[in-house]
Amino acid sequence: MARLLLIIFVIVTVALLAAGGIHKSSTAPASNPEGAVQAMFSNVQGHDWNGAYSYISPASVDLQTFTRELTGRDGSLRTYSQLESIGVRTLKETENEALVRTELKYSTAVGAFYDTRDLKVVKDSGNWKVAWAAEKYPAVPPQVIPVNYLRWDIVWRGVGDDWGAQNVENPNCRILSMNAVEREGGLIIMGEVENEDTVPAFITVGAVLTDNAGKDVAEESSFDQVSHVLLPKEISPYRIDFPGIKKSDVKSLRMTHNWMLVPASADPVIGVLHQRIEKDLTGRTVLKGELLNESGQTVNIPHVLATFYDNGGKVIWVSDAYSDHALLPQTPQPFSVALRDDLAANVHSYRVTVNHYSLNRGN
Amino acid sequence: MRTLIFILLVLAVCWFAADCARAAELHVPDNAVAGQPLTINAAGSGTLYLIGPGQMIKREFKSGSVDIKGEELRSAGRWIAIVKGDHQSQVFWVKPGKPANLSFLARPSRVPVARPNVISGVTFVFDKYQNMVIDSTPVSFKLSVGDAGSTKTVTSHAGVAWINSASAAKAGAAQFVASVGDTTVRRVVQQVAADPCKLQMHVAGRSGDRVTVETDPIRDCSGNPVPDGTIVTFIQTDKNGKSTVDARIKKDIARAELPASDNATITVAAGVVLGNELHVGGR
Repeated sequence: MARLLLIIFVIVTVALLAAGGIHKSSTAPASNPEGAVQAMFSNVQGHDWNGAYSYISPASVDLQTFTRELTGRDGSLRTYSQLESIGVRTLKETENEALVRTELKYSTAVGAFYDTRDLKVVKDSGNWKVAWAAEKYPAVPPQVIPVNYLRWDIVWRGVGDDWGAQNVENPNCRILSMNAVEREGGLIIMGEVENEDTVPAFITVGAVLTDNAGKDVAEESSFDQVSHVLLPKEISPYRIDFPGIKKSDVKSLRMTHNWMLVPASADPVIGVLHQRIEKDLTGRTVLKGELLNESGQTVNIPHVLATFYDNGGKVIWVSDAYSDHALLPQTPQPFSVALRDDLAANVHSYRVTVNHYSLNRGN
Repeated sequence: MRTLIFILLVLAVCWFAADCARAAELHVPDNAVAGQPLTINAAGSGTLYLIGPGQMIKREFKSGSVDIKGEELRSAGRWIAIVKGDHQSQVFWVKPGKPANLSFLARPSRVPVARPNVISGVTFVFDKYQNMVIDSTPVSFKLSVGDAGSTKTVTSHAGVAWINSASAAKAGAAQFVASVGDTTVRRVVQQVAADPCKLQMHVAGRSGDRVTVETDPIRDCSGNPVPDGTIVTFIQTDKNGKSTVDARIKKDIARAELPASDNATITVAAGVVLGNELHVGGR
């Protein structure tokens, strides 16, 4: 009996391992446009690029370009992402052509990333196939981009120094404004912080909430919704989210901060071009524009922070977005940051700043 | 029996008297100085202990003098000399040696130019064994940027000397030096320029679909260059929206590339200082 059980366990284990190793993969012809898009992205989810390509109209894109587009390049956020869910909806359909809206959700190293695309689907030899509109990756021509490399290095207090030799002082920074609002069932603290000094600063901004009994009930920091490294006279927005906390439950809040002197580089300079507030494909209000890396080094993961002001100059919303494309030197790259529809009418002006993460600099 | 008791008492008294006489023969100096040799006269023989602040010296001696080397006598303050088995002790004081070390606190490490009484320097004067020299000692403070500088001498009180000084009108890394005799200690106080006095930009060139704008050298109202790395924001507004570049000052100049436009207005700002406005058009 024991031997029989052992054999059964071994068989079940092997079967489970085999099942776990198999991704859903299908190349069966699609009978409708939505099915073609769904099947194509299901194969992408399982990293079966050939299977996914079988649902692509070969005239639209070659396999190599298609695969490279979906896997990402240049160390961008896409290269650290995994397609998590797919939502498809047919917008328009004729006998031989259809337009399918695809809402993709990627899980990435910095949280969920959403991508909405309208895909053209065509009937090819009786089967529906996706006419993939390949992105045009601009090739940066060989060139020399002169950069006056500016950075700050710090000589810290040494082991052998006497007690009078104190370290250079931390930078002077200041929280310029703070606005607490209740949105989406939670409390959001936002505002701006400035490095008033002549040296770079590494900053963190947080808040502690106190209830009516005078007890601390929650503590949060702005995490990635702030530029942590501020150059001299640089201003960054910050936003601290307290989900599930109502303003009426809070008696007071205490801002916490930390400013530290750090070695830093003044490069790269990233221009934010053609900023405008528009509606996106889904009808939501977004701030769009283009990022231009004016330096000579690739920025792998750009992170856009947008500050929205009312006509009194008060910060009424802070929003951020990562781009899943790397910023190549001298090459514009579109970006889009969400803005709450109910606030769009109150926005009088806005300001966009860009955080950057570069693999070869470690920052 | 009474005679025997009498003899024993006489012996005890003599022994005690001899012992007292021997203790009284320990002579300690009146003006001992840390780091300098010390001689203690002692009669008889025995073991001499010198107990001072954080230090103890032990010497075996026979009739004569006990020599203590300068490098052994390191601590200034109250010392006790005592001979083993003796019931009496001698107290003497050791003064600090010549000033040989300075602890120098300079504040702050960065300061705006041309501000009165904004830099402070405090020195603590020590001898070579880190005993605080409490006698009045002249301490010289020198604050200089490049060739320009000022020197002031302050006499220490209870081992401490301090000054307050204005920052110079010239920006740069000021060398703040405190000195006593041959001993000098240097600190660096970065004197930084104030906000830009005037911000003026011009079009520096065009290439393809870009226009390059750059500022004239950016200086504060005293003529000092605003520190490199300071953010200067260029804002271009045209029919396509707003374009912004947060450029950094490098070698006194900030430069940015903006998209060429048929009709655009470009403004520039650094902190609270606004610059001129440019109207550009034509690709």
